Amino acid sequence: MAEYDKGIRIEGLRKRFGEGEAAVDALKGVNMQVAPGEVVGLIGPSGSGKSTLLKCLGAVIEPSGGRMTLGGQVIFDERWTIDDLSALRRDRIGFVFQAPYLISFLNVTDNVALLPMLAGQPNTEARRRAQELLEALDVAHRAQAMPSHLSGGEQQRVSIARALISRPPVILADEPTAPLDSERAMAVMRILDRMARQYQTAVIVVTHDEKIIPTFKRLYRIRDGRTEEESGEGRSLF
Amino acid sequence: MISLAGRDILHAWGKFVFTGVGLGLLIGVTLTMAGVYRGMVDDARVLLDNSSADLWVVQRGTLGPYAESSSLQDDLYRGILGMPGVARAANVTYLTMQVLRAQGDVRAMVVGVVPGGPGEPGQPGQLVAGRHITHSHYEAVADVASGLRLGEQVQIRRQYYRVVGLTRRMVSSNGDPMIFIPLRDAQEAQFLKDNDAIWQQRRRTTSNPAVARSQVPGLLDALLAAQESNPYVNAVLVQLENGADANETAELIRRWKRLQVYTRDQMESILVGKLIRTSAQQIGMFLIILAIVSAAIVAFIIYTLTMGKIREIAVLKLIGTRNRSIAWMILQQALGLGLIGFVVGKVAATFWAPFFPKYVLLVVQDTLLGLASVLLICTLASVLAIHAALKVDPAEAISG
Ligand SMILES: Nc1ncnc2c1ncn2[C@@H]1O[C@H](COP(=O)(O)OP(=O)(O)O)[C@@H](O)[C@H]1O
Ligand SMILES: [Mg+2]
Repeated sequence: MAEYDKGIRIEGLRKRFGEGEAAVDALKGVNMQVAPGEVVGLIGPSGSGKSTLLKCLGAVIEPSGGRMTLGGQVIFDERWTIDDLSALRRDRIGFVFQAPYLISFLNVTDNVALLPMLAGQPNTEARRRAQELLEALDVAHRAQAMPSHLSGGEQQRVSIARALISRPPVILADEPTAPLDSERAMAVMRILDRMARQYQTAVIVVTHDEKIIPTFKRLYRIRDGRTEEESGEGRSLF
Repeated sequence: MISLAGRDILHAWGKFVFTGVGLGLLIGVTLTMAGVYRGMVDDARVLLDNSSADLWVVQRGTLGPYAESSSLQDDLYRGILGMPGVARAANVTYLTMQVLRAQGDVRAMVVGVVPGGPGEPGQPGQLVAGRHITHSHYEAVADVASGLRLGEQVQIRRQYYRVVGLTRRMVSSNGDPMIFIPLRDAQEAQFLKDNDAIWQQRRRTTSNPAVARSQVPGLLDALLAAQESNPYVNAVLVQLENGADANETAELIRRWKRLQVYTRDQMESILVGKLIRTSAQQIGMFLIILAIVSAAIVAFIIYTLTMGKIREIAVLKLIGTRNRSIAWMILQQALGLGLIGFVVGKVAATFWAPFFPKYVLLVVQDTLLGLASVLLICTLASVLAIHAALKVDPAEAISG
């Protein structure tokens, strides 16, 4: 079980929106763990609390109770246990969104290299690492292009490269394949799987994309604010 | 480090250049307004410098020849010449009027000076063409700004004058170019009565019972002669002997001649502090309005540009960009816009300044002050956009 501490471990996580009569309990005690190098699915109907869980894990909203451990460090135990949430997001969490949300005025390389450059790393070093990732993700040939000139699949791969640049122990992916056709969706899942193993990253993929659900070896079903663990089909990605 | 602001400006350079040029023209107008004020002050200084005078002697209780009308007897200068410390003293008259030329007329300040060479009090300091007035009648030296040419004939009241010399930077505090003519002619032009008025006065004097009953021979003729002569000037310009103290000499003349005397410094403070003051306030109002308008433009543009990037800002925040990096990006864009505007404005002002009818003096000090104000205004103008950007919730980047 100690290996999960190095990835993601969520224990009894609760989130209540609002107060009194109007209060909504979006999360009612969620338990989840993801080992480094593992890609785990999170599925559930609309309104079941998937986005709320991601926002808690991503440290952009504060849970009402419970405990979260990311990359070997307890970040929340009934309250935040670290001060600098912005640095936490920058250094330990990679985000991949349904829409890639690339920065429109930066080319592909600089979109990927942005965070280390803003953190004060030498530009050439950051761009070299970005180039490596782009090669691993098969988009190196678009390195100088502007995001608006890329296809949806290319944009999504660039955003995965951006999520990986800081070698975060955790990647949170919110419907990463929703806008893609079946073939490209599978390609993105393959990449996530390969990257997770290569960089020993714990990956949570929130989805209700029927095409990719069979690919998870393990998945969590969330319903009405509670999770149940299931073993998936783990269908080969290749 | 990477400059997010710089990259955004490069990406959307059309928008920035377009707004920058618009802002620049406003800044150009602002710099020009400041230049107009500096030009007026400088004109006043040059006018005083080129008058070749150390002291201005005027009618008691008046503010001197440029600010208020003053009239003195034209023989007072002899007594002033005898005062210790006085090297030279000369009468001078000033009269602003329309001067007729072959085609149309020009508004000018006609200055009556005692004919003589350069260095004579009241004579224009330097000529750019021709010679000084040497004859005591019907010659003129004009400021080039009047548009008059050497050898041209102009009409002042009933007399014609030939332009024998041209000078420069001799304009009144209204900006009217000066035309110098011999003192006698100027006195006549200024105090001239028309023939009807003379005839009327002569009739009235002759029929005055006091005069008619008088047995003194020649009284009537003397009276008429006195009434028809023009023994007045507006001021006496005084040059001091080497080493004489201006304040001391001025005090002596004040005390003994019971006249108002101004030193060079006092004249300058009258011209700048009183005559130009309303114009300066007027210009000050314009500067304030232009500053507000520029601030509004920058604020609006930066706010709009920031709002167009709200999604990207949410993503930047979510992936861990610090608030201060985002604020700095917006501030840099505002400053960049200001800099583009400033450069455009400075170039525009430099380009169009010579075409203004009044002297426009662009001084480095104003340029630096302008730059500092532009940067300050841009900083203030970005506050709104920065506020909006910092309010963006990073959670918005994760779809609902
Ligand atoms: N900011 C919020 N304020 C109040 N209620 C919210 C807020 N965000 C989500 N909820 C509620 O929490 C529940 C879970 O929402 P969400 O996490 O977005 O579900 P999902 O992403 O699975 O569709 C829903 O009932 C939703 O209405
Ligand atoms: Mg959702």
